[in-house]
Amino acid sequence: MNCELCQAHEATVHLTQVIDGSIKKLHLCEACAQKNGFDMQGPISITDILLGMGGKREEAAAPTSERSCPRCHMRRSDFKKSGRFGCSACYEAFAEDLPSLLRAMHRNDRHIGKVPAVAARRVQFIKELSDLQQALDQAIAEEKYEKAAKIRDRITACRASMEQG
Amino acid sequence: MNIDTLLDNTGAWMSSGDDEQIVITSRIRLARNLKNSAFPGWGGVEECARIWSSLRPRLAGLPSIQPEIDVGMDELEELDKQILLERHLISREQVEKGRGSGLILSADELVSVMVNEEDHLRIQVLQSGLNLATAWEKIDQLDSEIESQTEYAFSDALGYLTSCPTNVGTGMRASVMMHLPGLVLMEEMNPIIKGLGKIGLTVRGLWGEGTEAIGNFFQVSNQMTLGEREADIVYNIEQIAREIVEHEKNARARLVEKKELFLKDHIGRAYGILTHAHLLTTKEALDLLSDLRLGVDLGILKSVGRQTVDELLMTAQPGHLQKLEGKALKPKDRDRVRAKRVRERLSRGDSKPKRQSRTHE
Repeated sequence: MNCELCQAHEATVHLTQVIDGSIKKLHLCEACAQKNGFDMQGPISITDILLGMGGKREEAAAPTSERSCPRCHMRRSDFKKSGRFGCSACYEAFAEDLPSLLRAMHRNDRHIGKVPAVAARRVQFIKELSDLQQALDQAIAEEKYEKAAKIRDRITACRASMEQG
Repeated sequence: MNIDTLLDNTGAWMSSGDDEQIVITSRIRLARNLKNSAFPGWGGVEECARIWSSLRPRLAGLPSIQPEIDVGMDELEELDKQILLERHLISREQVEKGRGSGLILSADELVSVMVNEEDHLRIQVLQSGLNLATAWEKIDQLDSEIESQTEYAFSDALGYLTSCPTNVGTGMRASVMMHLPGLVLMEEMNPIIKGLGKIGLTVRGLWGEGTEAIGNFFQVSNQMTLGEREADIVYNIEQIAREIVEHEKNARARLVEKKELFLKDHIGRAYGILTHAHLLTTKEALDLLSDLRLGVDLGILKSVGRQTVDELLMTAQPGHLQKLEGKALKPKDRDRVRAKRVRERLSRGDSKPKRQSRTHE
């Protein structure tokens, strides 16, 4: 069997991965496998390679005005080539590409594991703020302005400590 | 840093006790990144150097890593990098790095942090035997210590943000290293590898890939990092590892029961070659030492102790061999020196030097 990418050399690298219950197979020659970042020693991910292949075809077709990360300026084609993001903001910049990618790679598309203390505190602050805001709206609606002023002070204090982390 | 101090023992990853014949070590690594910096592969050397010099003293001061060793990749000789690679303290990718990347390591080698590999931080905790739960407890605490000093890149929906989306979420890879010669000899390893693949686990050779795993050492690890809790991943792999241990014990029992002559011949031949060869490649040495290890575990080989075998499994590797010789050697010279060292070490024996001429029944 010949390599599915270059069609020229004998395919010696055979990848199989089960994605959403269906089996995907990919047969590559060693040169193409390495060119697409398939590390013989590292963990195998067919998705990285599939993504890389897609990138090549699209680049040839339409190289103009492509999306890029506003913070680190990584272009979509850079990501497709390397399979790695440039910075954490890339996750937002390339959000459109993520769902299919993450579904192929992972159990689910939402994190349910450990949360850093800072993020946990932030979530707590946000909840507290929304509770206070609700109480404020109610106090105003009931024309209890003295109470409303006190709640407003608490909101200000909460925002300040949130900014301090 | 003095890498030589590491050579005094066989390394935490292989300090197996009597109960750890089959499962050698449990290992967890976490991928973490700083909130406001580009990932190492994209940010460039200058940004990496800035991050490394700011993280280095902070990580070196962490209570969980004391006493510690810290070293920049540009401060290491090639041979020292090779030793760290062979001891699983740095990755192949980190070996290629220079200025701007580094390693913080506890002196007992159980805790380590690679800085600016694929991610800003790759934290690793190792435990001997099957003990992922403890490894998770320790790494969770260390991770929180680091997090109290620096802000991680984290999203409520996607978890810890990593350079490669294959690691996003928990950023966790939990793995168990096992010695499975029984399953390989009974030709039962392939279906296990396939079966584990179907439930999202990966089996890799410690050296080499798939069933070509050199020395019959395999690592079982999770592939997915998003949509599962860390504790569940850890529990799942521990359960699977227990099942594999049962399969391995079962395969060994059947070998002894049904193929005793074949087994004794196989192990005897390995001992014969190792004690008499004058040229040994790394692969041949590791494969034969693996057979010896099985012989020791089954009580077939009594003149050698498992500690000796485990020590040789470490020192037969190219980096260690050259370090012990005190110089860089060409592959052909390595094979000669390796064979000599193995011969001498095995004929010296462990604690019963008088029995050196009698190998096994």
